[in-house]
Amino acid sequence: MLFEAYQTESFHDEMFLADGTVRPEARLLLETLQSLEEGHLQRSQRAAERMLLQMGITFNVYGEAGGAERIFPFDLIPRIVPAAEWDRMERALKQRIRALNAFIDDIYHDQRILKDKVIPEEVIRSAASYRPQVHGINPPGGVWCHITGTDLIRHGDGELYVLEDNLRVPSGVSYVLENRDLMKRTFPEVFEGLRIRPVDDYPGNLLDTLESVAPAHCGEEPVVVLLTPGMYNSAYFEHTFLAQKMGIPLVQGSDLIVEDGIVWMQTTKGPCRVDVIYRRIDDDFLDPDVFRADSLLGVSGIVDAYRRGNVTLANAPGNGVADDKVVYAYVPDMIRYYEGEDAIIPNVLTYLCWRDADRQHVLQNLDKLVVKAANESGGYGMLIGPHSTKAEQADFADRINDNPRNYIAQPTLALSRVPTLIGDRLEGRHVDLRPYVLYGKNIRVLPGGLTRVALRKGSLVVNSSQGGGSKDTWVLAGGVNGH
Amino acid sequence: MVTESLPLLSRVADSLYWMARYMERAENVARLLEVNLHLQLDLPLDGNQWQPVIDTCGESAVFRKRYGEATQESVVTFLAQDRDYSNSITSCLLAARENARSVRETISSETWEHVNGIYLRVLQQYAKPAEELSPEVFRDLRLAGHMFQGITDATMSHNEAWHFVRLGRQMERADKTSRLLDVKYFMLLPSASGVGTPYDDLLWSAVLKSASAFEMYRQCCGKISPREVVNFLVLDPDFPRSIRHSVARAADSLDVIRQGAVCGSVRLLGELRRELDEMDVDQMIRLGLHEFLDSLQLRLNAVGAGLQRDFFALRSQTESPTQTQSVGGD
Repeated sequence: MLFEAYQTESFHDEMFLADGTVRPEARLLLETLQSLEEGHLQRSQRAAERMLLQMGITFNVYGEAGGAERIFPFDLIPRIVPAAEWDRMERALKQRIRALNAFIDDIYHDQRILKDKVIPEEVIRSAASYRPQVHGINPPGGVWCHITGTDLIRHGDGELYVLEDNLRVPSGVSYVLENRDLMKRTFPEVFEGLRIRPVDDYPGNLLDTLESVAPAHCGEEPVVVLLTPGMYNSAYFEHTFLAQKMGIPLVQGSDLIVEDGIVWMQTTKGPCRVDVIYRRIDDDFLDPDVFRADSLLGVSGIVDAYRRGNVTLANAPGNGVADDKVVYAYVPDMIRYYEGEDAIIPNVLTYLCWRDADRQHVLQNLDKLVVKAANESGGYGMLIGPHSTKAEQADFADRINDNPRNYIAQPTLALSRVPTLIGDRLEGRHVDLRPYVLYGKNIRVLPGGLTRVALRKGSLVVNSSQGGGSKDTWVLAGGVNGH
Repeated sequence: MVTESLPLLSRVADSLYWMARYMERAENVARLLEVNLHLQLDLPLDGNQWQPVIDTCGESAVFRKRYGEATQESVVTFLAQDRDYSNSITSCLLAARENARSVRETISSETWEHVNGIYLRVLQQYAKPAEELSPEVFRDLRLAGHMFQGITDATMSHNEAWHFVRLGRQMERADKTSRLLDVKYFMLLPSASGVGTPYDDLLWSAVLKSASAFEMYRQCCGKISPREVVNFLVLDPDFPRSIRHSVARAADSLDVIRQGAVCGSVRLLGELRRELDEMDVDQMIRLGLHEFLDSLQLRLNAVGAGLQRDFFALRSQTESPTQTQSVGGD
C-alpha cells in the first residue's frame, strides 16, 4: 500500500494532519489514490517522465558539457490549496506587488521612501541590482513588474511566509501549465469529483497584460515579441512555450536592430516595427550601450528606444532593485508606507549582516541559520547551516566579514511537506510554492503556481539546478466566494 | 476578420529551411543504406556495392582517408553513426533537431515532438555496433521522414513558415535525386549499352528503390531501361521525387513566399523550372547526362545562395555575432 508506512514526522504536511488523519480538502484525492491497483501510480509516473522527454520539456544545466538537457522531474501527487487559503494568498500577493511597484517607481523618481528614512539610502545605493541608468523613466501605466513569481513557504508553525520576490525574469510558469496537462494525460482519474481552478488562460492573460502596456503610439494590435538569450539558456523551453502559446515571435538579440530610437525585427520581408518586448534577458545583458558592454545577447540602443517611449520592456529594467535580499527585508515597511496596511503574509525573519548586532548573531549561529548572498538566485551562493561542515561555515564567516552588505541570514525553515512517490512508496518531501502575478491594466494571479519539491530526503533546496522537481498545484474552486 | 500574420524572422526562415533539408537528407541516406543492404543479399559474393554508396554521397575522399576500404560495416558506420561526419544520419538528425528547437514556437508542437522523438529513438537504436544494425532501423527512419512531411502538412497552416519547410525539403530532394542518378548511371552504363547481365535489372531496380520510385516507375513505364529510368527520375512531372517535380514544388513555394516581387533566387529557380518543363530525355543523354546533372547541382547551389541573400541574411549594419546561430550551411 502506498501510504502504509507514511509518516508526517514532525513536519507540517499539506495532505495530513499531525495525528495522521487526512485534511478535508485532500480526502477525495486520498480515496482515489487508495483505490488504485498495485503499481498503477508507478506506471503513470513513468509514462509522465517518458512524455516529458518526448515533448522535449527539458532544461539546460549550466556547467555541464555539451548543452546537457534534463527533464525537470515531475511528481504525480499534487499539492492542494483550499479555496479560502488561496483567497488570502491572492490578496497578499496583490498587496505586495502594488507596494513593490510603487517602491520601484519611487526609487527611480523622487525617492520619498529614502528621504523619509523608512529605508536607509545606503541599502539602495549598494544594491547590485540598482540601475541609476533608468532614473526618471516613466514606463507605460507606471508598471515596473509586469510578471512576478513570488516564493511562498509554509513553516513548521503552519503559517505562510514570503521567502523571495522574483521580480527580474522569473521562470517556471510553463511547468505549471505543462504539469497540469501531463496530469490530465497520464492520471485523469484523480480529477474526478473535484473542481480545480484551471490554469490554461495564463498565456492569454500574459498577452493581454503585455498589450495593455504598449506605447501610446500603438493602435489596436501592438507587435509583441518575446526576447530570449537563445536556445542554450536554461529556460529556453519556457521561452518557446510562451511565445507559441501567445502566438508571438520569439526573437533573439541578433534579430533586432534599433534605428533612430525605434526597434525593428529582421524579417523575410524586411524590417518590422516592434512595440512591446517581453524580455527574458537579464538587465546586465540587455543593451551593451547601457549595461555590460561585452554582452552579445542584447540589442544596442534598446534602452534608449525604451526611454523615448517607443517600445515597452517587460519587465522594466532596474526593477531588480526590489529583488535584492537586503531590500526584501524592508518590504513589510514598504507595504505600510505606500498602502497604509500590514502585510497580509509576513516575511521570513531576516538578519542583515551589515547591521553589527545582526552580524554577531549570524556569525555565532552559522550552524543553525541559512545564509544567502544578497544578489544570487537559483539556490547558488547559499549556506544551509544544519547541513553544512565546519569548513563551509568558516568560509562563509570570512565572506560575511569581507562583505557584510552582501549577506543575509534566516532561520532554517521547516518547509512543509507533500507526499511524493519515491521508489515504490510515498514519502514526505519539502515544498515551496511560486505563484505568478501579472500586472498590466489590472493585477491577476494565476491560481496556484509552481510547487517545487526537494526530492532528496531531508533536503530543503527545491531549485531545479539542485535536485528539485515539481508538482501540479490544485487550487480548489470555492463556493459563493469562488471566482 | 482575418488578420494578416507577421512576416517571418529571417533567422526563423533559415532554421525552418534547414530543419526540413536535414530531415530529408537523413531520410535519403537511410533509404540508400536500406536499399543497399537488401541488394547485397541478391548479389554474387564478389559484388561489393558499398563504394558506389559513398560516391553517391559525394564523400569518397573523406571516407577513404578515415576508413580505407568500403565495406558494409565501414560504410554503415560512416553514413549512419559518425558524428564527426556532418551528413551522417546521426549528424543530420542532430542538426534537424537543433534547428527545430530554435523555431519551436513557429512549428506545431506535433512537428517538434516528432523531430525530437526520432532523434531520441535513433540515438538509442544507433548506439549498437554497425554490423548489428538491421535494415529495419533504416526503414523506420524512412517512415519517420514520411511522417515528418505528413505532420507538417497536417498540423501547420500552409503559411510562409510552412512554405520555407517545403522549399527546404524540395531543394534537398532535387539535389539528392540528381546525385543518385549521376553516380549510378555511369557505373551501370557499360552493361546498359551492351547485352544486359542478370544483375542489370537488379541494379537499376535498386536505383529506383533508392528514390522510392520502383513501383511508380513500373506503373508508368513497365520494363526497366536506362533511358526510361533517367526520364522518370529527372523529368516525370508527377513523381514526388523526380527532379522536375521537386524543382516545380520548390518554385511554387518560393512564389508564395515572395508574393510577386522579383529577386535573385526567384528568377534562378523559375528559369530552372521552365527548362526542365521543356527538356527532352534523348537530347539530355546525347549532350551528356553527367554534364547536365553537374550543372543542375551548381544551379541548385546558386538558388541556395540566393535564398541566403534574399531572405536569411541579416541586413543590419550593427549585426553582431551571436552564440546561437542556426545550424546550417552546406
